[in-house]
Amino acid sequence: MIKTDILIIGAGPTGLFAVFEAGLLQLKCHLIDALPQPGGQCAEIYPKKPIYDIPGFPEVLAGDLVDNLMEQIRPFQPTFTLGERANTIDKLEDGTFVVTTNKGTKHHAPIVVIAGGLGSFEPRKPLIPNIKNYEDKGVSYFIKDPEIYRDKRVLIAGGGDSALDWSIYLADVASEVTLVHRRNEFRGALDSVEKVQSLKNLGRINLITPAEVVALKGDGKLESVVINKSGDTEEEIIKEVDEFIPLFGLSPKLGPIANWGLEIEKNAIKVDTFDYQTNIPGIYAIGDVNTYPGKLKLILCGFHEATLMCQSAYQRIFPNKRYVMKYTTVGGVSGFDGTKREAPKAVVKTID
Amino acid sequence: MSDIKIKIKDREGVLHDVDAPTDMNMNLMEVVRSYELAPEGTIGVCGGMAMCASCQCYVESDHTLPEMSDDEDAMLAEAFHVQDNSRLGCQIQMTEDMDGLEVTLAPES
Repeated sequence: MIKTDILIIGAGPTGLFAVFEAGLLQLKCHLIDALPQPGGQCAEIYPKKPIYDIPGFPEVLAGDLVDNLMEQIRPFQPTFTLGERANTIDKLEDGTFVVTTNKGTKHHAPIVVIAGGLGSFEPRKPLIPNIKNYEDKGVSYFIKDPEIYRDKRVLIAGGGDSALDWSIYLADVASEVTLVHRRNEFRGALDSVEKVQSLKNLGRINLITPAEVVALKGDGKLESVVINKSGDTEEEIIKEVDEFIPLFGLSPKLGPIANWGLEIEKNAIKVDTFDYQTNIPGIYAIGDVNTYPGKLKLILCGFHEATLMCQSAYQRIFPNKRYVMKYTTVGGVSGFDGTKREAPKAVVKTID
Repeated sequence: MSDIKIKIKDREGVLHDVDAPTDMNMNLMEVVRSYELAPEGTIGVCGGMAMCASCQCYVESDHTLPEMSDDEDAMLAEAFHVQDNSRLGCQIQMTEDMDGLEVTLAPES
């Protein structure tokens, strides 16, 4: 069981900055994120895009903003559960919470903060009628352990980086790799595209384009796929395969959090703007995942919400402690790692 | 300040005649959101960077549209429910040339 003061669900910019504000109040944070790295959308979707409305930064790349936030919160030693999705929440008798992920990791905290952005990123599933019947029986939407595919006949669908990179990787592992894409063109890093081209020339990757997988067949497990090839010669190809891996990117879904008994409006969690608490005391929602009159989904608004949330969370944990907000220019930043950053002291000295 | 008229069929098949401003640097996805013709969170998910296809629409009128960027083209190559007249709403700016535009929102996926 992981224990912390504030459990933050979502490691995007808002969740990361909450660690800083909590740290100033000597509260420890642990973060859960479905993605394998911190940064949320900024790291996953648009790391190379510039942002122009972060106060004090005329221009900052989304990926650099995440790096800066990680550096800013480092003294407060946040811990992470990455690549796991928060599934269930249980309220204990003492008013604290236990949050369990899809992999069974349990987290215990008096305060839960949902900073889940648009939700957890789930693979986009192609519109093949019976695909659900074959999930984990030959169909998977992401590759956890490539060894599963050793000496298997694998078919990958998609035209982006992950489809290209996994085709290259599995060419050395699987007995046969087929790559199906709706276009002749692929979008990816130049060397990935070139590498697939050379593997195709060597006969190590079967390339079927422009084409689409339209049906799956098999008794109890996947045995073959039906491919519609378009372009100059239209034909229907039935291909025997052991594994089908559609890689069509990720799309965010609110997911299990929608069933936590929180008030939901417009696919977002309703909060009180006094402290960004939800209808369940002790559970807060900050950043893009919340809604209230006048809500704007901006990173800078998420930072503000995180700051007010921490003040309220502190009072909830220590109801009888007196506290006033202290400026970092006055108090400096004392990390849990023993580091101390503060303004250099001026000297008072006579000049002869 | 000038408005143009556009027709948008929502995902339930209801046709809406809407006025779209041309002086607010708005795109079609943003017009749909401003009139709340699709639930918040189901359209414009990536904010308009041609990175999610949640604003995909079918262009029913024969307007000359801005040329497709590589980003839009690549996104549509991976999206679902794509037809020959598919475009991403976030890539269609509201200009006077778009007056009378008719579009249907693609299903959510």
